[in-house]
Amino acid sequence: MDLTYTAEEDEFRARLSRWLARTLPELPPPPDPLDWPGRRAYDTGWQRRLYDAGYAGLHWPVDAGGQGATPTQHLIFLEETEKAGAPYVGANFVGLLHAGPTIASEGSAEQRARWLPPVLRGEEVWCQGFSEPDAGSDLASLCTRAWRDGDHYVVSGSKIWTSHAEVADWCELLVRTTPVSGSVPKHRGISWLAMPMDAPGITVRPLRTLAGSTEFAEMFLDEVRVPVSHRVGDENDGWRVTMVTLSYERGTAFVGEVVACRRVLGELAREARKNGRWDDAVLRRRLGHLSAEFAALWRLTQWNVSESQRTGGVPGVGGSVFKLHYSHARQELYEAAADVLGPGALDLGHPWNHDRLSSLSYTIAAGTSQIQQNIVAERILGLPKGR
Amino acid sequence: MDFQLTEDQRALRDGVRDLLEGRFDRTALRAAVDASERAGAAALDRELWRELGAAGFFSLALPEADGGVGLGLPEAVLAFEEAGRALLPGPLVATFLAAGEIPGAASGDVMVTAADGPLVAWLDEADVVRGDVAGAVPARSVDPLTPLHRLPADAPREDGGPFLDGAGALLTAAEQLGSAARTTEMAVQYARERVQFGQLIGAFQAVKHLCAQMLVRAEIARGAVYAAAVTGDPLEVCGAKLLADDAAVRNARDCLQVHGGMGFTWEADVHLHLKRAWVRAGTGRSAGDAEEALAAAL
Repeated sequence: MDLTYTAEEDEFRARLSRWLARTLPELPPPPDPLDWPGRRAYDTGWQRRLYDAGYAGLHWPVDAGGQGATPTQHLIFLEETEKAGAPYVGANFVGLLHAGPTIASEGSAEQRARWLPPVLRGEEVWCQGFSEPDAGSDLASLCTRAWRDGDHYVVSGSKIWTSHAEVADWCELLVRTTPVSGSVPKHRGISWLAMPMDAPGITVRPLRTLAGSTEFAEMFLDEVRVPVSHRVGDENDGWRVTMVTLSYERGTAFVGEVVACRRVLGELAREARKNGRWDDAVLRRRLGHLSAEFAALWRLTQWNVSESQRTGGVPGVGGSVFKLHYSHARQELYEAAADVLGPGALDLGHPWNHDRLSSLSYTIAAGTSQIQQNIVAERILGLPKGR
Repeated sequence: MDFQLTEDQRALRDGVRDLLEGRFDRTALRAAVDASERAGAAALDRELWRELGAAGFFSLALPEADGGVGLGLPEAVLAFEEAGRALLPGPLVATFLAAGEIPGAASGDVMVTAADGPLVAWLDEADVVRGDVAGAVPARSVDPLTPLHRLPADAPREDGGPFLDGAGALLTAAEQLGSAARTTEMAVQYARERVQFGQLIGAFQAVKHLCAQMLVRAEIARGAVYAAAVTGDPLEVCGAKLLADDAAVRNARDCLQVHGGMGFTWEADVHLHLKRAWVRAGTGRSAGDAEEALAAAL
């Protein structure tokens, strides 16, 4: 068990931190969280700077346009950028953390060359077309149909909770290419398509979240034509391709946020000392307890990263253990923030309050806590499947 | 950075587990409980204590020049985690900390206990007592395998020291971690055997979710305990003890719940884990004081 970094890793950290100190003051002011076109411009602008400095797709393989960095270097990157208060991955989330890694791992050489560089350069934004009104947590039940017409698929159906649909150029779309029948399991007839968002037949209707913003949308697909060459992986093999994507989502997508939460916890303590709430022993102890939890979550992150570095594989189901605790701890953090603010907790002008609202999605998005508990119980602990 | 067990560390952990499974299995555990019930007080198996000493359990971290094994705190943590799994009784931590200072402790010939809070364990049985135990009165210990004495409320208390934020707190946390992992296994095993309503109870989400949360608690505590062993940072030790106490106590309670009526019986081992977890949680700093210390550093 070793928590020390190599000289090479320390040097990488120092170089990155110097670059951040130089670059962050040059950034334009951040956009209003409700302004999605503004956020797209801001987030892709940041991605372009990362690209120009050689930090884009750091941990992606070199043949996918990445830097081929080790998981530990990626961890250092996430730690340092969060510590420095650099912009969040934002609108590039799906491209960098879902669709990109999936194409890098499962796509052909042509597909990698077509889709990966624009993601890394901050030129193209992706959205996620997985869930449907009747297929959310039960994703394999999706019924958006795609049938072959020559060298195209014709796609009809509807999607919901399509993150970033409003501002996306591409959609990672799951479609049913073989109808459900008694003999074939429902997850066997699914394919993974890259759908251009400007194709005729797509209607996007933004959904307003309880936080007031339009993070996601519902999407209606009326005979949208998608070239067969846009399919990643074999026909009807989309479920396996998707599992690759989801393991990335659960394994690494929240890593940098733990660092951010530790920073916010420090800010909470400073604010409480300033406004007198620190005198409340119950609140103080809650903050102390959260401090232990976020420290442990960071250590668990290092544990998981070390494991994936050893196995060389994608992150395992251990990501579910992490996500279960992290999503809960994040919500507790912002409940404590509200307690620190007192009446100020009702003023949306304070960024903590927007984050408090956003945190409510953490136990739902990317697999609800209840589904994650089933995954942990069945796949790690080996309990029988059931209801 | 490679925050995983090394081959040697795995081998050490497996070796200690094999030793304890061979020498202090469930039959031995229940025999010890029965004997303590009959005698009205727990007695320590001196032969086992010396075997532990001979196997290097107490001298793990002593330099080889002093007759030790020359390993570090992370290895000691792995050994104590196994002791926690097995519910091994005795003042293990105090004797370990005395090795190299008190002759005979390292070999297991001398059993050492310490006054590290309002309670002292194994006072009558110990060969050496560290700290002031004047005015100690026997208590009826909740844990049948940990005899306790209470110190007067106005007795002088050590400020800081090994049991608050040093190796003692960390090794106690490691025992809690072992217990938390063990009760998770016990709950899962029971849920895979017990049939109700025509199916294994482990197929019910209500039971699954209890078990999943037990694993989450144990793994969070594991990250904290192992990291604190590597860094030795007093605040990390403090957080590790806090989370490991929580995992051990709450996992034992959830394990009891999964066992249903069976879990409430003397016959099931669940209560032994819960009671020992309570005793260990009562060792050193209280949860509230640990939280205050962590908050003060924010």
